[in-house]
Amino acid sequence: MSTQSYKAQDPYSLGSLPDKMAVYQECVQQFNALPVDAKKCRQLLAKMLRLIYHGVTFPAEESTMLFFSISKLFQHKDSSLRQLVYLAIKELSATSQDVLMVTSSIMKDIQLGDLIYKPNAVRSLSKVLDGLTVSSAERLFRNCMVDKNPIVSSAALIASYNLLPVAKDVVKRFANEALETVNSYKQFPSNQFQLHEYYGTSTTNLPSNSYMYQYHALGLLYELKSHDKMSMMKLITSLHEGSSLKNSLSIIQLIRYINRVLHDDPSLITHLYPVLHSFLKHKSDMVELEACKTLTTLQHLVKDDEFMNVILTLQKLLSVPRSATRFAAVRLINKISLKHPEKVLVVNLELENLINDPNRSISTLAITTLLKTFGVGTVESTSSESVDRLILKMTSLMDEITEDFKIVIIEAIESLALKFPSKHKKLVEFLDDLLRDDGSIKLKTAIVEALFDLIKFLPDENAKQLILMNFCEYIEDCEFTLLLVRILHLLGDEGPKTSQPSYYIRHIYNRLVLENSIIRSSAVIALAKFGALCDEPLASNVRTLLTRSLKDVDDEVRDRASVSLRFIDSKQPSLIVNDSRFNLAALEGKLTHYLNNEDNFSTGFQISEVPLLTLDELKSMEYNEKLTQLDNNADGSGSKDKSEKGTPSGNQDASNDDAAANEYLKQQEYAARLAEVEEFVEYGKLTKSTMTPIYLTDRENEFVVTVVKHFFAETNKLVLEYEITNTLSLLVLQDITIDVVPDNEAYEAEYSTKLAELKPQQSGSVYNSFGVPGILEDDVLAALGNTLKYISKDIIDDEGGIDPADEGIQDDYEIEDLEVSAGDFMFPLYKPNFTAIYDLLPEEDSTVVTVSGVSTIENAATKLTKTLSCMALDGTDYVPSDSTSHILKLLAKDLWGGIVAVQVRLALRGAQVVAKIEVKAETEGMAGVVASGAY
Amino acid sequence: MGQAFSYINIFSKLWLSQKEIRILILGLDGAGKTTILYRLQMGEVVTTKPTIGFNVETLKYKNLTLNIWDLGGQTSIRPYWRCYYTNTAAVIFVVDSTDKDRIDIACNELHTMLKEEELLDSALLVFANKQDQPGAMTAAEVSQALALTDLKERSWSIVAASAIKGEGLTEGLDWLMDVIKDEQL
Repeated sequence: MSTQSYKAQDPYSLGSLPDKMAVYQECVQQFNALPVDAKKCRQLLAKMLRLIYHGVTFPAEESTMLFFSISKLFQHKDSSLRQLVYLAIKELSATSQDVLMVTSSIMKDIQLGDLIYKPNAVRSLSKVLDGLTVSSAERLFRNCMVDKNPIVSSAALIASYNLLPVAKDVVKRFANEALETVNSYKQFPSNQFQLHEYYGTSTTNLPSNSYMYQYHALGLLYELKSHDKMSMMKLITSLHEGSSLKNSLSIIQLIRYINRVLHDDPSLITHLYPVLHSFLKHKSDMVELEACKTLTTLQHLVKDDEFMNVILTLQKLLSVPRSATRFAAVRLINKISLKHPEKVLVVNLELENLINDPNRSISTLAITTLLKTFGVGTVESTSSESVDRLILKMTSLMDEITEDFKIVIIEAIESLALKFPSKHKKLVEFLDDLLRDDGSIKLKTAIVEALFDLIKFLPDENAKQLILMNFCEYIEDCEFTLLLVRILHLLGDEGPKTSQPSYYIRHIYNRLVLENSIIRSSAVIALAKFGALCDEPLASNVRTLLTRSLKDVDDEVRDRASVSLRFIDSKQPSLIVNDSRFNLAALEGKLTHYLNNEDNFSTGFQISEVPLLTLDELKSMEYNEKLTQLDNNADGSGSKDKSEKGTPSGNQDASNDDAAANEYLKQQEYAARLAEVEEFVEYGKLTKSTMTPIYLTDRENEFVVTVVKHFFAETNKLVLEYEITNTLSLLVLQDITIDVVPDNEAYEAEYSTKLAELKPQQSGSVYNSFGVPGILEDDVLAALGNTLKYISKDIIDDEGGIDPADEGIQDDYEIEDLEVSAGDFMFPLYKPNFTAIYDLLPEEDSTVVTVSGVSTIENAATKLTKTLSCMALDGTDYVPSDSTSHILKLLAKDLWGGIVAVQVRLALRGAQVVAKIEVKAETEGMAGVVASGAY
Repeated sequence: MGQAFSYINIFSKLWLSQKEIRILILGLDGAGKTTILYRLQMGEVVTTKPTIGFNVETLKYKNLTLNIWDLGGQTSIRPYWRCYYTNTAAVIFVVDSTDKDRIDIACNELHTMLKEEELLDSALLVFANKQDQPGAMTAAEVSQALALTDLKERSWSIVAASAIKGEGLTEGLDWLMDVIKDEQL
């Protein structure tokens, strides 16, 4: 049939889908009719497939009926019909029963059938086989895999891949054939397509080989060998040395496998780096990009000079004509710049050229990357010069790009200003200019939010003042009520603490005179804050202003004014100005719990049970979330950005709340679980638990043991919650205990629980509790030796029963030690002015240690921050990768409410990192604990 | 299109040669069904594996087009025989004459199958296969064991055969063709 006639009677391109039941009836009738009308059946099959491809499913009974009807079409020899039959079998095999009925017919087609439908047959066969019948087809698959026709070979490889979950043992035996195929050279038979009348005329220009089978064979080989590191290494090196891989997709796949191998065992980098390096120069840019991408994720393993090769390759790719390649390259560079902006300095020139790239995604990424590199400039003057230049370029660009891109850039500017506070001035100016330009509420909200964050987190008072003053100007002609209200609220919060409160009062009062009632009422509250906090004569002036609002036409404004005046007069500023907030996640959890059970209604809701967060705590949470969120945004800025930006504030707020809520809920869960154990009730309120369980065994061991440390600060108790999982399938454990031996004599064992029985694949918990010394009395740190003790009994029947007469074997199982470290006594804390706090704290101690297990300053800083459970301040968590010394500023709050400030001087000596740790603390004895517990 | 001519006697012979006659080969597993099918089609003995599902072949025999379905005989596949009963002109039931233990099962399967409404008009040809083997039952013995004499109102025949040697096959098929021609005309 020619294309012409297909078009003329093409019933498939009609808009709406045909009716499912009509198609079903017609199919069953037509397929069972004799003699078979090939043309009609083809059309019906196509109709049915179209339905299935659109997501229509047939219930099992109908599907089975269809399947049997279709199986009758095997009597007809038409090869096009047979191809469609195979497509239909493949689709129906998932929903119909007894699909194995066609097995023999398919196998016969593979052996003797037409080349046109042989690959279809091979692929369908993998769908109808099950664990029992697969062995009968083993030989067929082997033969097809090494078939000299690449299409048949590919089909067999893919079919085997799909059979892996069904019959791994059988497919494992195909490894040799797959390996042979990877290294072979297979050409399309010259008549492959000429066999098909439709393709007949256009076959002259077809390539003779696509090497696609290499990709398929490699995929199968990986599945078969991935568990065996040595044979993977052998495969990688042999494929690389023979350079037998011709297909770029298969090379990309190989690079990904190398990445996975290195992920499991980083020490292999010395062998594998040369392989990756060789792919940095390849005729396919996809391969080059993949190699760059992989080396970027492995950056911690690669030497700096070696890494330069990656940058050079990316630099080259930045100027290729294909947009997709340029985009991928600039995206990678952006990713590198997140952690190591100094490395991408060399491509700054190319990046600046890309700002004018016709593709806006590329230009936006180029700008955000450039912004990141400016923080690195060591000499202030040169870098500020380039900041000027960039801002100039951006200003001109801002007129041309859409708001979505503007928002991306705003976020990048914010993150830069947060990470490198010294550069804030220019950036704030830029944001201010942008604020004055026209824009939708979405854009303005993004800018205002960025500025809000800067006010919160910039340590510099002048910066704060500058932004606040700009806000004052902005509200003079801001058209968005929502934004105005937010800004007024902020002015109320921050204004009274500034040096010139009267300036703000004037601007706020203007709103009170000129704007609508919603704005007026929030202006009233903002003014009230000045009235409560400022000294005379300002306070009485504010009172006068507020008194005027008592005559406002709107009742809400009047109400607020009169309430505020009453509060101010009562001299209780805390009624207006709040310095703490309820933990909203906790409040929500408690309320849901309360409302879900009507029995609770007899007593009132206890708001006092909801923990209060002080402003400091709030700030440290927000700061943390802000940084991770900005990093995440930048990470996904390409594909994700655009879709996310649709609902920027809503989305992100939700995820932030989630993180805080999760942490809180986890703690609640622990507390509830511990409350079930009688002995722990008198320990009082749970103060701190380790968030993620610590593994004391390898995750693949016979028994997997994890532990969570719970501290009760009020009564000085430590509860260890061990969770034991029995992964053996033929052993039951009984009378399980954990024997804990502290190396610190001040630890008094108090109470321990016993687990009666663990069947295979079960897990259970064992508790051990200790009285720990108070912070002042003795050394609170300790290492705890752990031994798992149990009686093991063999399972003797299929139901998992054990012989009642079996007395079992008493056994010990050594697991790793657990350390109680300084970090267990601290929570991360955020304060903007580290140095001031550090100087004020009374307790002092210092020590010099070698940080074990790390070889770079960067890793050492991360490790110390984590083990001490502190927050790094003033952007000191960022370590330039080439530096040999660094100062890390850490802040935390201890379990007893005191502040702990740690200043760490890190220096690289040979391959070791030496740290001088100076601790200052509020709680007596805490400084010593941190100093002796750091390592 | 065949329908229009079917009532006109003079074309009936021509029509019969063009129409496909649908024949099922059934029987217990290992009876030799697949071997018989390919012996008929290609005239040679092929090595076979247990049929998972069915084989279908078209062959010309004495100016007739036969569409022969060989369905697998394993216990798990027997329930699906009924899916292929429609429009069947004849059933060839193959019995392993040496398998005395399972001849009762074969008898049961045969009679259950013949009770099906769709097969009421089909002719039945029984091949007592594997006559080349020592200890094989004779056709008469098989006929008795299968209780063929109980069959009323059905044309049936039993033929001693050996698929390996090619004996008895054409004889049986000839009989079948005569019956079909008689019934169709």
